Amino acid sequence: MCSPHKGLIFTAVKLPNKNMANITELNQLTTQVRRDILRMVHKVNSGHPGGSLGCAEFFVALYNEVMELKEGFDMDGKEEDLFFLSNGHISPVFYSVLARRGYFPVEELNTFRLINSRLQGHPTTHEGLPGIRMASGSLGQGMSVAIGAAQAKKLNKDAHLVYSLHGDGELQEGQNWEAIMYASAKKVDNLIATIDLNGQQIDGSTDHVLHMGDVAAKFKAFDWEVLSIEKGNDMEAVIEGLQKAKALSGKGKPVCVLMHTVMGNGVDFMMHTHAWHGKAPNDEQLANGLAQNAETLGDY
Amino acid sequence: MKKYIDTGKKDTRSGFGAGLAHLGRTNKNVVALCADLIGSLKMDEFIAENPERFYQIGIAEANMIGIAAGLTIGGKIPFTGTFANFSTGRVYDQIRQSVAYSNKNVKICASHAGLTLGEDGATHQILEDIGLMKMLPGMVVINTCDYNQTKAATIAIADYHGPVYLRFGRPAVANFTPPDAPFEIGKALLLQEGTDVTIVATGHLVWEALIAADALAEKGISAEVINIHTIKPLDEAAILASVAKTSCVVTAEEHNILGGLGESVARTLASKHPVPQEFIGTNDTFGESGTPAQLMEKYGLNAAAITKACEKVIKRK
Repeated sequence: MCSPHKGLIFTAVKLPNKNMANITELNQLTTQVRRDILRMVHKVNSGHPGGSLGCAEFFVALYNEVMELKEGFDMDGKEEDLFFLSNGHISPVFYSVLARRGYFPVEELNTFRLINSRLQGHPTTHEGLPGIRMASGSLGQGMSVAIGAAQAKKLNKDAHLVYSLHGDGELQEGQNWEAIMYASAKKVDNLIATIDLNGQQIDGSTDHVLHMGDVAAKFKAFDWEVLSIEKGNDMEAVIEGLQKAKALSGKGKPVCVLMHTVMGNGVDFMMHTHAWHGKAPNDEQLANGLAQNAETLGDY
Repeated sequence: MKKYIDTGKKDTRSGFGAGLAHLGRTNKNVVALCADLIGSLKMDEFIAENPERFYQIGIAEANMIGIAAGLTIGGKIPFTGTFANFSTGRVYDQIRQSVAYSNKNVKICASHAGLTLGEDGATHQILEDIGLMKMLPGMVVINTCDYNQTKAATIAIADYHGPVYLRFGRPAVANFTPPDAPFEIGKALLLQEGTDVTIVATGHLVWEALIAADALAEKGISAEVINIHTIKPLDEAAILASVAKTSCVVTAEEHNILGGLGESVARTLASKHPVPQEFIGTNDTFGESGTPAQLMEKYGLNAAAITKACEKVIKRK
């Protein structure tokens, strides 16, 4: 069993019904998520803001518009869509969106990376945080896990979908290609795997570190359905892309979404560089970043 | 005490296959995965009877462990099957993060463990897997001694919720435990009572320990034989109760003495009841090609070696 939550007392709240009526509201939430990300990593002077900021629209869209979720949280996740984060270092955006979706109190974001917290540096089931079904952090494992969960859904005759997110640099891990080969061969067509193509990794650009060539061609060669979201930081484009992916599911092939994002999106000095992959802003930089993302739903 | 008799040589991996087939009929949540070694793991019967609950992964063990972890989400109980080497060392990080740390109900079933894999040689003869697996928090580690016990263990672990490493082997060996013996995880079996020395053995070395005990009896030495099928959690009470009588112990395993059963026993004794101990196992070495019997003889993992170690440890009391 998961370890009991240590020290800090929070309770999981019931998951509210979706009430995101329009793009404006989703964008407001996204801005608030950006503030959460900046404040979380600033407070503990550690964490990964760059990829988190770049994927804010994706997470907000997924959890508030795209996925079918049931109330509450249980590990098995039967009769609802599931999501697996493979590149676990972008935990700040995951935690913020989960909290603001109602999986746990937003005040708990205050405990990110602190001792005795459920919000570990990389996501885990170990401390029993609602919304997390698999530990991630060591890269390259999430695709296999998502495939397994998708195959369990087929066995359970559960028509819901499994979503996953992977970094582009993460594709350098060989296990992905085992999983990519397997998913098409076994017709795992209830899986929608999104690749965050921000072109950056810790040591520099993906082109510089290990050029990956044509990622779309690679997935196509492995017989996946492949579609692109060219504007991965545009809420409408993200939703449209994910809805298209949904429509492509169930037709005998796994679906890959190549989502082009800007690392550090929404904070000008963090954008288009790997420098903010795993670095926290100082006080002045935080103030600057927050000024570019005015409070919408209220800070935690 | 019951005198144990070899009812006919059988391989432990066939015990796994029989146990898995039983689970296929009795537990609808059990699913099986294999990385291109169906025949070696004796999974054919389960697959023939439950084709929809079997996943052929191909030669991709890391992917297999991840898929198994994912299958638990949705309530499945995955049993993965491949050689011990590819079940552990090759996929250590996948097991660590996606299975152990994530506390997933995956049963990692590993055949061809140790030297008795034989002629394929050192690349395939893992002698470090018990150590690797026992270091993972929350991982149960089981090494069975014969066909009947392997079948019983396979069935038993389906009822335990949490990650399990089940280790067995390739060659046909004595089948001597009762077919109806219940298997309780973490409960040592006292096979033979004695007063002069305790032999704590696991896996293929249990039968060798019984032969050693007979040889010792002829020399007037009374050996107590304990079958430790579960290395973690270790049945410390059974070991402590025995050494309270005998005041010395020999551990025997088809594994490196670094990181194996012997070290777990030594840690227990050092902190609770220090007594002289001798270690039967490979000594910080890789194996090599040869027949199982030749290898067990060369690396000192047989009844003769256990007998000698018992005589030595008694003198150290």
